[in-house]
Amino acid sequence: MTDTSNMSAKELLGFYQEELYEEARRAKKEGKLVCWSASVAPSEFCVTMDIAMIYPETHAAGIGARKGALDVLEVADEKGYNVDTCSYARVNMGYMELLKQEALTGKTPEKLEKSPAARIPLPDLVITCNNICNTLLKWYENLAVELNIPLIIIDVPFNHTMPIPQYSKDYIAEQFKNAISQLEEICGKKFDYDKFLKVQEQTQRSVAQWNRIASLSSHKPSPLNGFDLFNYMALIVCARSRDYAEITFKKFADELEENLKNGIYAFKGNEQKRVTWEGIAVWPHLGHTFKGLKNLGNIMTGSAYPGLWNLSYTPGDMSSMAEAYTRIYINTCLDNKVKVLSDIISGGKCDGVIYHQNRSCKLMSFLNVETADILQKGNHLPYVSFDGDQTDPRNFSPAQFDTRIQALDEMMKQNKEGVSNE
Amino acid sequence: MFTMGIDIGSSSSKVVILEDGLNIIAAEVIQIGTGSTGPKRVLDEALSKSGLKLQDMAKIIATGYGRSSVEESHKQISEISCQAKGVFFLVPSAKTIIDIGGQDVKAIKLDSKGCVKQFFMNDKCAAGTGRFLDVMSRVLEVSLNEMAEYDSRATEPATVSSTCTVFAESEVISQLANGVAKENIIAGVHQSVASKACGLAYRCGVEEDIVMCGGVAKDLGVVRAISKELKKPVIVAPNPQTTAALGAAIFAFDEVIGANK
Ligand SMILES: Nc1ncnc2c1ncn2[C@@H]1O[C@H](COP(=O)(O)OP(=O)(O)O)[C@@H](O)[C@H]1O
Ligand code: SF4
Ligand SMILES: [Mg+2]
Repeated sequence: MTDTSNMSAKELLGFYQEELYEEARRAKKEGKLVCWSASVAPSEFCVTMDIAMIYPETHAAGIGARKGALDVLEVADEKGYNVDTCSYARVNMGYMELLKQEALTGKTPEKLEKSPAARIPLPDLVITCNNICNTLLKWYENLAVELNIPLIIIDVPFNHTMPIPQYSKDYIAEQFKNAISQLEEICGKKFDYDKFLKVQEQTQRSVAQWNRIASLSSHKPSPLNGFDLFNYMALIVCARSRDYAEITFKKFADELEENLKNGIYAFKGNEQKRVTWEGIAVWPHLGHTFKGLKNLGNIMTGSAYPGLWNLSYTPGDMSSMAEAYTRIYINTCLDNKVKVLSDIISGGKCDGVIYHQNRSCKLMSFLNVETADILQKGNHLPYVSFDGDQTDPRNFSPAQFDTRIQALDEMMKQNKEGVSNE
Repeated sequence: MFTMGIDIGSSSSKVVILEDGLNIIAAEVIQIGTGSTGPKRVLDEALSKSGLKLQDMAKIIATGYGRSSVEESHKQISEISCQAKGVFFLVPSAKTIIDIGGQDVKAIKLDSKGCVKQFFMNDKCAAGTGRFLDVMSRVLEVSLNEMAEYDSRATEPATVSSTCTVFAESEVISQLANGVAKENIIAGVHQSVASKACGLAYRCGVEEDIVMCGGVAKDLGVVRAISKELKKPVIVAPNPQTTAALGAAIFAFDEVIGANK
């Protein structure tokens, strides 16, 4: 076993991410089950059953960030996936296709060989949940059909009104039970409820440390650079039911608190304005978007997206767990979405808002116009939106982004200097 | 004291030289933009017309799509702020600005001091921009200068429903083939540009006075179509293609005298 006790949070992040992929590859070799999972599908059930997990959305984000998306997107294009389909889905369907070709022919396709992404094994089962979108239903259905493997669906209805009605929580809890019995059948063993409770408790400890990190951006100046959350997010997605996430996040939060105590801030002395970033990162252009803001002295201290994994609930209480997995802000009505974002903006003490009009993720984009309008009537903060895509590099124009954030910067400056009178 | 604003757009290069923040000494345009010889040529032209040298400039500010490649400039400011500054200088009653350039359309809302309150731009699509008009002018064999005149003779504007420039081009070609008069097609093209720009303006909240700028504001057919769509009068900024460069020159002046502090 590698000694991790002296590792920095950043080292732990890299180490555990690789470890998770290695575990999945090892499991495959040893004939154990590997499951591909949607990012906000409950992880607790599979972890209880000792199934090795792979998260295609995180994997796709990694391919995007390492500039390998175009190659696999082309494979999906050739298979007939429309360019309007979410690029996480297209990257993953393309990647799966390459893995499948390799499995069928024994030869590694050139695009797979060359891919900068971590190698992942094909799944033996897949699990999905529509609490963040319905694309995930068709996407996972296709995976199951293409690979002829079992599919577990956890159906989580959209919350058109808040608070969440009890019947909805009851229904989701039933969905959980159904998933458990499916797993018992697939694994050929009984579900261990004692272990499940421990896994739930672990999940809560991971989530608590995750929230600890996120809360640090409320300090002004901020010790936390919000873009770091986009990187650390990999573990709240892929390892929240394991101690890997808890250990890494605790380390990171400790480091940040220590920095705060010593007056070390994310932007040193250069934090001038604070922004909220609404939506997913633009992975293939992460550096460009981050540096563009940083050069203007703009730090991101608010983002609702990482908060999707603020999955706190009472271990042992299925109804409470159901609620955690359905109250995610993109699974709720406009009013609630506005409220969540409003808290993010004020919590981060932000001076302006940037909306990512994401060609991939309809759910996170179509309500932006309305959301921005409502929020501005309340907080009078300037905002801009830009066209982009989380993993398809063709849908983002750096120059257009630059113009918009420069204009936002000038508007925020105007507001701060009180030049504007309204 | 002289200051200079340089606006390098996607389609044209503009330079304004300002004396004491008040008098426009030169306002030059070359109809090619970033990455071309346009920026250098327009700079040379402005200097030779004014009889001034680069060293005479107390400050130079660049704006526009190609603002980061202007070596002569001391600073860059976004074209949104510069348009607002320039238009407000020329038309102090302006509240809503519609700027249509080579590859973007924007609507900008000003407060009573001329500060940008809000703005909206087109997404990654050339519909409703100058490029759209350039393509149509080529297909129709009518120069940009003549578009407004043709439009004024239209009897029954044709419908150009495709937003995509490429689809709209084939739509126009088939209308030509069907014998629809160019006048009517051009009026339809103008309406299509207007509807895109007005969509953005409505989002800003349209408040008078409404001022148009950017190269496309020279096409009075578009101005008429926008005015008709908004059911409000639209003022064309004097020398509308150079307003952002003018704004940059004013910013430069303000900075020199410390008015921004
Ligand atoms: N004389 C003219 N009459 C009508 N339209 C014109 C004329 N000159 C330029 N344009 C239009 O202006 C557009 C360029 O506008 P401009 O504001 O200079 O763009 P940018 O700032 O993006 O470079 C051209 O695409 C063209 O359609
Ligand atoms: S990015 Fe959006 S559309 Fe794609 S899987 Fe995630 S929630 Fe669904
Ligand atoms: Mg322009």
